Amino acid sequence: MNNKRVMSICIAASALATALIPGLSPAQDIKVGLVAALTGQSAQSGESIVRGLTIAIDELNAKGGVLGGKKFVLIKRDDESSPPKGVTAARELISSEKVVALFGGIDTPVSLAIVPIANQNKKPFLGVWAAGTNITKNGATPNYVFRVSAQDDLVDIALIEYAMKKFNSKKPGLVLVNNPWGESNEKGLKAAAAAAGITLAGVEKLEQSDVDVTPQLGRLKNAGADTIILVANAAPGAQMMKSRERMGWTVPVVSHWGVSGGRFDELVGPTAGDVHFIQTYSFFSAPTPASEKVFSELSKRYGVKTPADVIAPVGTANAYDAMNLLALAIEKAKSTDGDAIRVALEQLESYQGLIKTYDKPFATAAHEALAPADYIMVRYDGGKIVPVK
Amino acid sequence: MGINELISALITGAGIGSMYGLTALGFYTTYAISRTVNFAQGSCLMLGAVLTFSMVNQSGLSAWVAVPLALLFCGLWSGLVELVAVRPFVKRHSDAWLMATVALGLILENIVLFTFGKDPRGMSSPLLQMGIDLAGLRISFLQILIPIVGFGIALGLALVMRFTKIGKALLAIAQNPSAARLMGIHTEKTISLAFALAGVFAGIAGILIAPLYTVSAGMGTIFGIKAFAAAILGGIDSAAGVMAGGLILGITEAILVTAFGSTYAQMFSFALTIVVLAIRPVGLFGRKGVNKI
Repeated sequence: MNNKRVMSICIAASALATALIPGLSPAQDIKVGLVAALTGQSAQSGESIVRGLTIAIDELNAKGGVLGGKKFVLIKRDDESSPPKGVTAARELISSEKVVALFGGIDTPVSLAIVPIANQNKKPFLGVWAAGTNITKNGATPNYVFRVSAQDDLVDIALIEYAMKKFNSKKPGLVLVNNPWGESNEKGLKAAAAAAGITLAGVEKLEQSDVDVTPQLGRLKNAGADTIILVANAAPGAQMMKSRERMGWTVPVVSHWGVSGGRFDELVGPTAGDVHFIQTYSFFSAPTPASEKVFSELSKRYGVKTPADVIAPVGTANAYDAMNLLALAIEKAKSTDGDAIRVALEQLESYQGLIKTYDKPFATAAHEALAPADYIMVRYDGGKIVPVK
Repeated sequence: MGINELISALITGAGIGSMYGLTALGFYTTYAISRTVNFAQGSCLMLGAVLTFSMVNQSGLSAWVAVPLALLFCGLWSGLVELVAVRPFVKRHSDAWLMATVALGLILENIVLFTFGKDPRGMSSPLLQMGIDLAGLRISFLQILIPIVGFGIALGLALVMRFTKIGKALLAIAQNPSAARLMGIHTEKTISLAFALAGVFAGIAGILIAPLYTVSAGMGTIFGIKAFAAAILGGIDSAAGVMAGGLILGITEAILVTAFGSTYAQMFSFALTIVVLAIRPVGLFGRKGVNKI
């Protein structure tokens, strides 16, 4: 076979493959990108976000898409919880895939690294999990970063208030992961404690590689900590809980929601249920048309039988609402231009979502769609996340 | 720091330090005989934990079957590392085995990533649930077992080296490989055996640490680095020194965390290693080599 013939066959095969592979979208489709931890210790968070986005996109496409029939296509990239990988993925999605907007994952350090890229490239970046305050309050004008999730400063106030109300805490001790997310919460928790008029027993840092956290917990115990406030993802959080168990210390633990992004219950064992942590949504909430629709899709596609079977529910709920808000903004803007979408997001009126009915979810200086009134406290019960009674 | 905190730090440090020491014994075993080491000892530690977890928690095999099988694989893998990444380079008087062993470790980590997954898993152990209360502190049987196993192996190794035929063969190779070969000692096979043994030690460390930590493809990296630091701190040519180096490193870390918090602990512990090496290049318990001309 001569070279020309081989080349012709290759070109023909490529054209055929392009036509047959459904992932290769036609030019008129609207691509949206997701940069999240799809593998690693927070893989469940990525999976739950993908579920929320996919269900929302399929619903939107089934209704005819946006801008006169354009369909949404989700392009996923795994950041492996690593900021450099997240940056590379975001750049590639913007420059090669030409996505109209980006969604972020669980890791605040990754989202913080993507923020300047989104602002420089004028691409709306919607955070659906990472709660770092500086993600949205990043100092950029105009600001292309929005969030349908909790915000650290507000979560910190809620955690301190919960510890005081539920456990009568007067001297909580902080255990924070040693990264920018931990730092963000250190400031917020100190401010929240000061505002509530209580003193902290101490602030201890947790490394991702810590095997034994007994020394840090010992310091807090000796300082008189009556509650632990935990800010860490599933694996380091589990190391803290195992050390607490080994110490035989039954101190109450109130946690930010990072622990719900992995196999926390398996990693910790029997004491996983002792941790009360924050969420923005629970499928145990009173049913609404949106929640019934999403739950039915989760059952059909992923074999979810009860609300407790939904993995990392906040990822799914936040992502579902964020995708719908983005679609509304694109329709309002009548364009996929990044700046037009940003302005439209800031001017959205009302949307009856899964988490709540949003009334003017964003404004020029307010890029947070959720508020402390939307937060709820939950715990693990036999591997399932259930509301605290 | 009160007495209870100090005791707690000593127990914590002894457990983690014994892990470093046990992994570092692998460095000693191969270095003493061939003046080479498997820099991917950390990945061998991970292999032991991952295989045991997969066989016990996922395939339902009894731990009595799974642990020896996992250790066998660790030994075979480490032997393969010697065959592929060390022997060819040593034969050509090249030091490229340094990078070759690191590379093989990375390959193993990636294979595990693709097969086992990146999600850290939790391995339970009845030894972790059972324990004793001492001066208001709870000590699990696993925390007691880890130093016992570590020092037991170090003692056994020292006795084997001193009193058995295979031990004498190993030492003979260390002193003069050519003369040992002339005396009928199969040097290549013996060095392979030493590497396999090093792999088994790392595997034991991995299996013991898994219930305290999480099982994942990347779990061995930090242990490998710390174990090497322990080996050079204690003196890489002394079995007891290596174990002691591990204990010193582990206990120092635990005391530093108890006294100052974890932020500075790693920085201080590695700084301590550098200071000791600057003052005593052969390590705390190592002996200065004598070059016969």
